[in-house]
Amino acid sequence: MLDIRPRQKIIRADWAAYMRDRAASAQPAAVRQFFATPPPAPDTPIAEVPMVALDMETTGLDERRHAIVSLGIVPFTLERITPAKRRYWMVKPSRSLSASSIAYHHITHSEIAGAPDFDAVIDELLAAIAGKIVVVHFRNIERPFLDAAVRVRRGEGVLFPMIDTMSLEARLYRQSLWARFRRWLGRPPVSIRLNASRARYGLPAYQGHHALTDALATAELLQAQMATHYHPETPLSALWC
Amino acid sequence: MDAELMEIRQHMSQFSPFDVLCDALLDEVAGQIEVRYFKAGNDILLLNAEAREFCYIRSGAVEVYRRQGELYNRLGEGDIFGHFNLLRDHKVRFPAKALEDTLIYFISDAVFQYLCEQDEHFADFVELERPRLETIAEEQMRSNDMMVTRIRRLLSRPPVTVSVETSVQDAALQMSKDQASALLVVRPCAPDAPRCFHDVDGETRQVCGIITNSDFRTRIVAKGLSAQTPVGEVVSPTLITAQSDLSIYEAMLTMLRNNVQHLPVLYRQRPMGLVHLSDIIRYETHSGLYLVSNIFSRLSVEGLARLVPDVRAAFVRMVQEGANSQMVGSALSTIGRSFTHRLLELAESALGPPPVPYAFMVNGSMARNEQSIVTDQDNALVLDDSFNPELHDGYFQRLATFVSDGLDACGYTYCKGDIMATNVRWRQPLRVWKGYFRGWMSEPTPETLLHSSIFFDLDSAYGDAAMVGQLQDLIAEQAPRSPLFLAAMARNALNRTPPLGFFRTFVMESDGKQNNLINLKRRGTAPMVDVIRVHALACGSKAQNTFERLDDIHQTPLLTSGVSDKLRYAFEYLCLSRLRHQAIDIEKDRAPNNNIEPENVEGSERHALKDAFQALSNAQKFLKFRYPLPGSQAGRR
Repeated sequence: MLDIRPRQKIIRADWAAYMRDRAASAQPAAVRQFFATPPPAPDTPIAEVPMVALDMETTGLDERRHAIVSLGIVPFTLERITPAKRRYWMVKPSRSLSASSIAYHHITHSEIAGAPDFDAVIDELLAAIAGKIVVVHFRNIERPFLDAAVRVRRGEGVLFPMIDTMSLEARLYRQSLWARFRRWLGRPPVSIRLNASRARYGLPAYQGHHALTDALATAELLQAQMATHYHPETPLSALWC
Repeated sequence: MDAELMEIRQHMSQFSPFDVLCDALLDEVAGQIEVRYFKAGNDILLLNAEAREFCYIRSGAVEVYRRQGELYNRLGEGDIFGHFNLLRDHKVRFPAKALEDTLIYFISDAVFQYLCEQDEHFADFVELERPRLETIAEEQMRSNDMMVTRIRRLLSRPPVTVSVETSVQDAALQMSKDQASALLVVRPCAPDAPRCFHDVDGETRQVCGIITNSDFRTRIVAKGLSAQTPVGEVVSPTLITAQSDLSIYEAMLTMLRNNVQHLPVLYRQRPMGLVHLSDIIRYETHSGLYLVSNIFSRLSVEGLARLVPDVRAAFVRMVQEGANSQMVGSALSTIGRSFTHRLLELAESALGPPPVPYAFMVNGSMARNEQSIVTDQDNALVLDDSFNPELHDGYFQRLATFVSDGLDACGYTYCKGDIMATNVRWRQPLRVWKGYFRGWMSEPTPETLLHSSIFFDLDSAYGDAAMVGQLQDLIAEQAPRSPLFLAAMARNALNRTPPLGFFRTFVMESDGKQNNLINLKRRGTAPMVDVIRVHALACGSKAQNTFERLDDIHQTPLLTSGVSDKLRYAFEYLCLSRLRHQAIDIEKDRAPNNNIEPENVEGSERHALKDAFQALSNAQKFLKFRYPLPGSQAGRR
């Protein structure tokens, strides 16, 4: 697959202020409602934060050229993952499916043919994730795609804080002193892809690339990361980005 | 692709008890689980917490404890735990801790109750120890051979057929030539006629009747018909047939109901063969009795030794066809006794008649009628009291050596502990034996306790059975009045303890150690026999078979109600498991032994074995309290 590297510079935005501003200024109803239900305050201990793991399958990696094909979400907390409350949507991409993306996701033209445009799922999706912290593995797909897709259809995008399990792995295995030492020795970097990361915590390998399976896999990974490296009292602001 | 989380469902579908759920139920369960990750060393279920769920291990490993903190079980991928908590008062009685980094699926009490209601197998699986073993033991009884084996098993060759126009004389010649007791009569027919098929030449034929040995008497000779009469004129117009997948039992019923002795067996419309009532009878008795008659017709030790592969084959067949341990045990013991009997006949014909009457006593598993295919010989000679060592012992020594060597040649290896009639100590007149037994019971020592546990399973295999009977009476009379002896036997019965259960490819010991082999005799059946023998001695039972001893014990207040049943099911399961693994060894051309390798133990067998070990462990604990050493603290309490 592609060699995806996280952006090294993490921008510590003042998410609470940004969310308040957007709630006051947003025009489209769904977007306004989304921002009016803010996620927990930045100092909330992670053990008390309601979260939702999100994964999407796209036709490619560039939000300007590619489109969303499917989305899966699984709500969870550090105590429990609740697959019973999962949601899954398939959407018709505004740009056509390439042969390579079909081979990758196993989603075919005929399955997509009956699916609605992304516009039809915006209200449901935003309502389902509002008030919760979204958890993804590699935010540089989910964040720009979601923002662009909503912006195109409703005139305004949605940006919000996320916990990125990949960037948590990167902090440990790419940015730590140990990781730099390894690099200095000329060792290849530790893989921080989803399954490789999971394996480090004794989590089973899943057959990837279904949005729901990957969302579940991401939720489990976050629980494992928190149980291994973090205290349950860790404030949300230390984790989100 | 849909909104299902296939990962969860697929994983659960591979493990007991979810593997046998119907698709709809499995979907419901998989759709409602909750997930949580536990770091190694973290608590999963805390003692006395409210129990609202049970747990399924998706990955990792878990240790379950008793209330007192004693290790209860170690579990791995696909195992469940915490369900006992839901069966009782919804309080965690068995706390659990992650042994490795572990991913748990939680299944709610509501789903649990629903599953128990909807699926009998699931309910059986999660029930407490006794009912689970009970169900398995009973299932095995139900699935006994005649009910499940198809009639096609009995077909040894295609049917002999003749055409309708054949004369009865030619038909008779054909039968003699083929050594058939019946013929199928066929005629050409249209391709859509009933019972039509294509014969070997591709011609369309129809089975129109059967002609049997007795038809020649009743339908031809008695009626004075000519030998040139075509068979078509004498065949019975009604034809009773069976489909090849009918069970042997049903086929037998069909024959009895219609009063016929031959049954043409069809696959769809094609005749596959003929079954005679005697085939079924032979089949039913095949395993044991045909071998026995074979044993008695052998004229030498070498001839007897050549039957060993037959014994093994009969054993494997019995096990595969779902015989229970009592059936297998008694069949093998009968075979063993027959070998012994025949060897003694051969010995007497070589050495001449015995100078004084004697009984050839068998001990251990043969006396209990519980032999398996891996067995050594335990035997002794009980001689008439007129026995004079100077005059007679030379004869009996030669007799014992002949039999012992013969048994060894037939697969009953020499006893390592020298419990054989070749040992002069165990070749004694009745009064000496009585003296031995009395002494062992009044003043037990570690050595005599060992002797008691072997010789107090005793039966006569040949000769004057009454002498062995007197010894049995003596034990039954004196043992219940010998508290010191019972207490010592009880302690002796605790020497070999069962393991805790299984964990992955290991046997789990109660101290947490792991072994990759378990000797199912030493750790299961033998200690169980020991425990039950103590109770049987205490109640003066003269039964030798462990199940029969349990029947006798059941009549007394020695065990609280239900316990003897629990022991019966546990013992049956342990025996059967041992037999099954021996049959697998033989099938795979390995020397059968008493060991089982955990990796060859399937899911539900693991659980049942664990329950059986638990029942044995409880029975051993109880034994200590039931037979206290006289004068000890426990005795005064």
